[in-house]
Amino acid sequence: MNVVAPQRSFVRAEQVDALPPPRTASGPVLWMRENLFSGPINTVVTLVMAWVLFWTIPPIIDYLIGSAVWTGSDGSACREDTTGREVGACWAFVIDRINYFVYGSYPMELRWRPNIFFLVLAVGIVWMLWLDAPKRGIGAIYFFIVVPLLSYWLLAGFPMIGLEEVPTGLWGGILVTIVVSAVGIVVSLPFGVLLALGRRSHLPIVRLVCVIVIEFTRGVPLITVLFMANTMLPLFLAEGVTVDRLVRPLIGVAFFASAYMAEVIRGGLQAIPKGQYEGAMSLGLSYPKMMYFIILPQALRIVIPGIVNTFIGLFKDTTLVSIVGIFDLIRTVESARVDPVWSAPSVNYSGYAFAAIFYFLCCWGMSWYSQSVERRLAASEKR
Amino acid sequence: MASVVDQAPPRTSLIYDPKVRGFFFQGVLVLVIGWLAYEAVTNAIENLRAARIASGFGFFGEAAGFDINQAFIPYSSASSTYFDAFMVGLLNTLVVAAIGIVLATIIGFAAGIARLSKNFILAKVAATYVELIRNLPLLLQLLFWYNAVLATLPAARDAIPLGPGIYLSVRGLSMPAPIYHWDAFVIPLAFAIGLVASIVIRRWAKARQAATGEQFPVGWTTFGLLVGLPALVWGVLALFGANPISFDVPEQGRFNLTGGMQLYPEFVALVLGLSVYTGAFIAEVVRAGILAVSRGQTEAASSLGLKPGQTMRFVVIPQAMRVIVPPLTSQYLNLTKNSSLAVAIAYPDLVQVFMGTVLNQTGQAVEVVTITMLVYLTISLVTSFFMNMYNQRIALVER
Repeated sequence: MNVVAPQRSFVRAEQVDALPPPRTASGPVLWMRENLFSGPINTVVTLVMAWVLFWTIPPIIDYLIGSAVWTGSDGSACREDTTGREVGACWAFVIDRINYFVYGSYPMELRWRPNIFFLVLAVGIVWMLWLDAPKRGIGAIYFFIVVPLLSYWLLAGFPMIGLEEVPTGLWGGILVTIVVSAVGIVVSLPFGVLLALGRRSHLPIVRLVCVIVIEFTRGVPLITVLFMANTMLPLFLAEGVTVDRLVRPLIGVAFFASAYMAEVIRGGLQAIPKGQYEGAMSLGLSYPKMMYFIILPQALRIVIPGIVNTFIGLFKDTTLVSIVGIFDLIRTVESARVDPVWSAPSVNYSGYAFAAIFYFLCCWGMSWYSQSVERRLAASEKR
Repeated sequence: MASVVDQAPPRTSLIYDPKVRGFFFQGVLVLVIGWLAYEAVTNAIENLRAARIASGFGFFGEAAGFDINQAFIPYSSASSTYFDAFMVGLLNTLVVAAIGIVLATIIGFAAGIARLSKNFILAKVAATYVELIRNLPLLLQLLFWYNAVLATLPAARDAIPLGPGIYLSVRGLSMPAPIYHWDAFVIPLAFAIGLVASIVIRRWAKARQAATGEQFPVGWTTFGLLVGLPALVWGVLALFGANPISFDVPEQGRFNLTGGMQLYPEFVALVLGLSVYTGAFIAEVVRAGILAVSRGQTEAASSLGLKPGQTMRFVVIPQAMRVIVPPLTSQYLNLTKNSSLAVAIAYPDLVQVFMGTVLNQTGQAVEVVTITMLVYLTISLVTSFFMNMYNQRIALVER
């Protein structure tokens, strides 16, 4: 009874590819549903924001790039009445004045000296910030001793070896901004460490002095400190002793930065467990040795992000020296933009935009660095 | 053990005794500071005498003889003294700081919450705002607002109307100025009654909820009592023809805006710049505070059946505030201190009036600088005192 039943059932031999999920359950559509249109309020917000962006972003990009003027030698290149078209940013003005923005009135034929200064400083900064750099101890000596001396000789002049003197009144632009910030960081780190140690000292008078200095400085605006350095410092010095016009605000900035740095470093000192102190003491180390070999290396390492953040603040605050008459980047932009040769409506925006790009790139770079160090420290703590 | 304590300390040289060392180092510090102070004071006295500059605070009573364009108290260059100028500057600083703090808080909370929003575009826009503003110097931003934005606004005759009676032009912001009549006192009176009533209702509602669990819309009642009651009183009075407060509305003439209250472009630029700048920092503070509340809290609240809004109000925000308040205080202080940048755009704040003009006219650097610094120091200390009190109130109560 071998009846071959008709083949009713069908057995598939090979695997069928899975159907794609419904279009609304994955991919860009799902993403949009979840992130842009998840509810009535969200949808309204998305539409409003998209509308606002649509009306603001293209004009801004067109202003900065599309209809910008790149070449020209005076304001007529950027004026609507002379060019006969809608004019965007006047980059020709920035390109024409770029040397002024970088060096101020530093003598033309001596500008190789600031260039070498930038290089020397850059080497020092990279050596200090790159945590795996070789011989970081020598790097610290280089940064805190060699760089300041070399920079001083390069920029101010050293007649004995044939570098003629350049009065600080001629310095300007990004050069001065960088000099002020560099002095701020180079001075504020060691002084900040001293103030922080003093504030945690067991000696009552030392502690009192440090607390007063730190809290007083942090309680007043930087501009008053700069005014004080400008007007009161000459009074306090004996007759005949004068302080250079650039050095006065430098002292103010360094003093101010030291107080803020001290609080950051104190945070690091407090984060070191007591056992580290006790261990060092039980080894018979003296206070300076304990601090230098045991505590500070650990404390400074964990506050690197805080130090960099303080430095970002300091870098932005250096603009305030322009108020007391120092030609930093802001002041050079201010004086260049009112120059009648370059009188055009868009010159104002272009000058500020240039300064903004410079400050943004510097600060953003620093904060990127501090975040990467933070991640690295967090990773090393996890283990 | 006692015998160990009783033993005489080992005889060591005095040089190695920590106590003696401590005394020695502190003595040296005192001597150095004393010497510096002595040198500074004697030199200052010498220099001041050589420059024929008076000392002491007598200059406060002298006539100032310079004009200040924005003053919240009566001031004229002819009759006012340096002390009046000081008060004008101080008030201007405080007004800018107060308005700036309110605006920066609103901007900051909005941007901080927006940055955590699930809405992609909103979160990215908020992040761009925060990153851009935080990485640019405040001075640059102030100069931008003042020289590049406000200076290019249309002239007064084609001022931009922002609302009923509010005009924005190159001359600043013109607003309706309130004029108070003799019966104006009823409005604050109504407000005070509303305040008392809302406190009473709040207590009663709390007690009732504790006893029966029934809730009462306290927020709306308070709002109605504080805003509605004065408005109602005003409306009733207006019906009977008595108008306690009328407005002097600026009118757009052929060449100028007449009447109303004018806020100068310096003031507008300063408030705008300060609140936008500080708002970005507050946004980060708020974001960090909300992120610091652990996810379990939100989940527990949802599992108890609280709605998202209630979860935010009763669970997340109160806990986030503990993290937010201390850095928020320092942002408020930063804003107050940063208001001194007014000097760059010539807004007559304390630094511009006192440390600028008065110092230049009198030459009494020591007194002027000291007073200005003490004012800021006092503001800082008072603010942190009150914020510490608030912080203690909301701090975690630990057993």
